[in-house]
Amino acid sequence: MTELDLTLDGRPISARPGQSVGAALTDAGVVAWRTTRRNGRPRGLFCGIGVCFDCLVTVDGVPNQRACLVTARDGMKLETGDE
Amino acid sequence: MSETYDVAVVGAGPAGLAAAVTAAEQGLRVVLVDAGRQPGGQFWRHPDESVPSTDESRGQHQWRRFTGLRDRLRALESRGSVTRIAGHQVWFLEPVAGAGAYALHLTPTVASEKTPGVPALVTAVRLVLCPGGYDRQLPIPGWDLPGVMAAGGVQALLKGHRSLAGKRAVVAGTGPFLFPVAAGLAEAGAKVVAVCEAGSPAGWARTPGGAVAVPSKALEAFEYAAVFARHRIPLRTRTVITRISGADRVESVRLGRLDSGGRLTGLARADLEVDLVATGWGFTPSMELVTALGAATRVDVDQSLVAVVDAWQRTDVDRVWVAGEATGVGGALLAVAEGELAGFAVGRDAGRPVPDGGTRRLQRVIRRGRAFARAMHRAHPIPAGWRDWLEPETTLCRCEEVTVGEVCAARDTLGATDARTVKLLARPGMGWCQGRVCGFAAAALAVPPGRDLTAADLAPMSRRTLAAPISLADLAGDDHG
Amino acid sequence: MTAPDLVVIGAGALGAATAYYATRSGLSVEVLERGAIVSGTTSACEGNLLVSDKEAGPELDLSLYSNQLWNGELAEHGDLWEFEAKGGLVVASSPAGATGLTELATRQRAAGIVVEDVPVDRVPEYEPHLTRDISGAAFYPQDCQVQPMLMAAHLLRMAREAGAVVRTGVTVTGFLRDGDRVTGVRTDQGDVPAGHVVNAAGTWAGQIAELAGVEVPVLPRRGFILITEPLPKTVFHKVYAGEYVASTQSSDESLQTSTVIEGSASGTILIGSSRERVGFDRTVSLPALREIAGKALRLYPSLAGVNVMRSYFGFRPYCPDHLPVIGLDPRAPGLAHAAGHEGAGIGLSVGSAKLLIQQITGAEPELDLAPFAPERFALREAA
Ligand SMILES: Cc1cc2nc3c(=O)[nH]c(=O)nc-3n(C[C@H](O)[C@H](O)[C@H](O)COP(=O)(O)OP(=O)(O)OC[C@H]3O[C@@H](n4cnc5c(N)ncnc54)[C@H](O)[C@@H]3O)c2cc1C
Ligand SMILES: Cc1cc2nc3c(=O)[nH]c(=O)nc-3n(C[C@H](O)[C@H](O)[C@H](O)COP(=O)(O)OP(=O)(O)OC[C@H]3O[C@@H](n4cnc5c(N)ncnc54)[C@H](O)[C@@H]3O)c2cc1C
Ligand code: FES
Repeated sequence: MTELDLTLDGRPISARPGQSVGAALTDAGVVAWRTTRRNGRPRGLFCGIGVCFDCLVTVDGVPNQRACLVTARDGMKLETGDE
Repeated sequence: MSETYDVAVVGAGPAGLAAAVTAAEQGLRVVLVDAGRQPGGQFWRHPDESVPSTDESRGQHQWRRFTGLRDRLRALESRGSVTRIAGHQVWFLEPVAGAGAYALHLTPTVASEKTPGVPALVTAVRLVLCPGGYDRQLPIPGWDLPGVMAAGGVQALLKGHRSLAGKRAVVAGTGPFLFPVAAGLAEAGAKVVAVCEAGSPAGWARTPGGAVAVPSKALEAFEYAAVFARHRIPLRTRTVITRISGADRVESVRLGRLDSGGRLTGLARADLEVDLVATGWGFTPSMELVTALGAATRVDVDQSLVAVVDAWQRTDVDRVWVAGEATGVGGALLAVAEGELAGFAVGRDAGRPVPDGGTRRLQRVIRRGRAFARAMHRAHPIPAGWRDWLEPETTLCRCEEVTVGEVCAARDTLGATDARTVKLLARPGMGWCQGRVCGFAAAALAVPPGRDLTAADLAPMSRRTLAAPISLADLAGDDHG
Repeated sequence: MTAPDLVVIGAGALGAATAYYATRSGLSVEVLERGAIVSGTTSACEGNLLVSDKEAGPELDLSLYSNQLWNGELAEHGDLWEFEAKGGLVVASSPAGATGLTELATRQRAAGIVVEDVPVDRVPEYEPHLTRDISGAAFYPQDCQVQPMLMAAHLLRMAREAGAVVRTGVTVTGFLRDGDRVTGVRTDQGDVPAGHVVNAAGTWAGQIAELAGVEVPVLPRRGFILITEPLPKTVFHKVYAGEYVASTQSSDESLQTSTVIEGSASGTILIGSSRERVGFDRTVSLPALREIAGKALRLYPSLAGVNVMRSYFGFRPYCPDHLPVIGLDPRAPGLAHAAGHEGAGIGLSVGSAKLLIQQITGAEPELDLAPFAPERFALREAA
């Protein structure tokens, strides 16, 4: 199966076709990609199904996308952020 | 505007799938809307169908039931009897004035995954709402650390993406769902260091016949027992996580013991080292679509707000039926039966002949399933002492980072007497998730300890004028510019 | 137990401010609220404390009086209710609108408001993300903001700490009378005698007045608000479209919207608002939400992709002449009103309450309350 190549803040991340961005980050050992507004705490996946919005990530320049729902695509640029 | 469908089904989980195919097979024109890209809902979440795979059914239960429903759905879709709109959320639902129909306003679940040709609005004469639910959460000190996940989320990663959320896991909370999660993690290669169940096995003894009434459940239980034995997963009953520690991610958890009344009696001497905490306290239904229409609700045995339906899954709102978790959390097979019955009920409403024997059988299955669910909920209550291990600094609302102390201050210092006022004064439930995660706990903290939650307590945290976020441009619609 | 000097009906902004100022004057107070505290319109509004949206006249005078209180004796508590003196930018989108804005500013200056003309090319210094497609702008440094629920809850708390009693879940069902005189209230939980009764029942004040046999025409005017996702700071001041002033003063029944945009302390942007006279209709109106969103995008096109997380609505308590009802009611001695503040009850709450307590305690109110007299409607009809 061909792997997809994504980047997180420029660092390469690979994904299997059909995987969500959140799953790909999980497989890469990344557990947090956002810091909270009030206390600057790290956050990643929590509910895993699009309910909690903890996993927000910037995808190809579009902020606040739910990583657990966005399907990974080849060449996708992910950016960590402050919400 | 496009055609008005005979029926719109929201949700393509076990309940919605069954409802849609049943209604369509009676000749009704059905539109099936689901936030997910593939049918199956939470129970039958599976890897991307467009990617060839030989192990689609890995980790699944009742998979043949699903593929049966999916085959029927595909056949109906190709005949044009069902229009399936996937990857879209209903963000607003309203009766169309004077038209005897409902309008479902749709938005892509993922902004960048717009499907060409999907309308922003569909209308239907009848509605079957099958919105399912999500894990119910209680705050734990440290539960906002990365590496702490909803048990369902851990399962979703495994079933839908073949991703393993950690290497050393503890699974904790209450309810039979902890077993498949622990089993799934172990089978995928994680070390499950403990399954902590706040209830006790004696709970089931209190309701004779509970588990055996649904044979497939008993079968599943044996299967898990085998997996647990094979992977040496310790099951600790009357045990809870009282603290989660770590710098920037989970490093360890502390366990506590509960007495038979659910109060904390002692702490474990040593912390468990883990990199994943999977936690959940049963499920809680998604109620915003139900409440948007003003349908009657009640508090179920498990203290969840659920829709009131009659013996045909019908609500007190004209031409609106509800099936699945939103009528009371009870598992996938009950959801299928309810969905099927709702499918027949809409057919009957549309004047189609309905098989008497079939619907009576379904009603029996549902009654039995409900009795089973009640027994399950009684055996797995929220422990009475769940507030005992909270600290004032413990995060309650993850989105707005509102602490338990701030919520208590709104109650004790500012004079809030209910969940709505606590929300207005301290902001739990005001953030991105709109109280889906903390709503239950916030409502419980708002009322004086010891008082049972009422529908009035839970409703403010379950009502959402917008069922999903919608961009300003899409909201503005045609008026824009 | 001795009867309190004052019973206040309603624990919204007006009831809270009345209780607060009453205790400051040494009165004993009991607040009766049928729901929870701040469960009425006070929890369904924005927290604008505006001078900019008012024509010269009694409401503006009351607004300036309140403004002094917010920035003066109450300033020490400002942090409790997220007080921010951020100022308001009013923009006109047509040359005619710009002329109207200039004329309004002239009248307002004469009435004591500080208005700074902002040349169109300097608008980005105030609001970098605002559309450049505008014809005129004016800045009102006196416009402020509070979190209304926190404001009312803290005023109630301070009143309680000074001895006031706040009872929730108690519905006033009638009045105790001694001849004409109001001597207390009847509730679903027993009678409460009192020296004076203040009707601070907001949009329901007309019904309370009716129970006392007097007419106070307070009616509901529904309004919706949109709340966006939390964002990095995008909107720096309060920003309104020029037609806002006309809309607040209008008596039109049909849907009207005028844009008010502001950032909140929590990062969200509040976008208001609509005005509709539809009684107490609680169905969510998509046309209203759409119109509010559309007009907001005209001012801030760059917000197009920003998500709206939720919306809410409330019923503004309005009187036919768009002035509140404040003062002792000569038709029912012992009864006073502090209600009907329409879309400005948060801003006007403290001034209204302080003046009312001055009147009740026999002091000369620092501002003439005659324009707000409760009996004015009946007198006008008779004339
Ligand atoms: C994350 C998760 C994992 C689970 N895993 C298991 C498991 O492994 N084993 C087990 O026994 N039970 C599991 N459960 C419980 C199981 O989900 C239920 O018993 C069963 O799926 C209920 O079926 P349903 O049809 O009522 O709802 P669901 O399966 O939840 O289906 C509801 C569907 O409605 C959609 N929906 C909701 N609102 C909208 C809207 N506004 N617009 C469009 N679509 C909408 C949802 O996206 C979803 O696809 C899980 C639950 C969760 C939350
Ligand atoms: C969309 C919208 C936006 C607004 N924006 C602003 C703004 O930016 N700035 C501003 O200053 N104002 C604004 N307002 C107006 C402001 O909200 C109101 O003027 C103000 O909240 C009125 O306060 P109140 O105390 O009179 O009424 P309420 O807050 O409604 O309080 C009255 C209380 O009386 C209680 N009550 C009624 N009947 C009884 C009874 N029989 N017994 C016991 N209790 C009873 C009610 O339960 C209620 O709690 C806005 C309003 C709306 C709807
Ligand atoms: S993990 Fe909860 S929304 Fe993505």
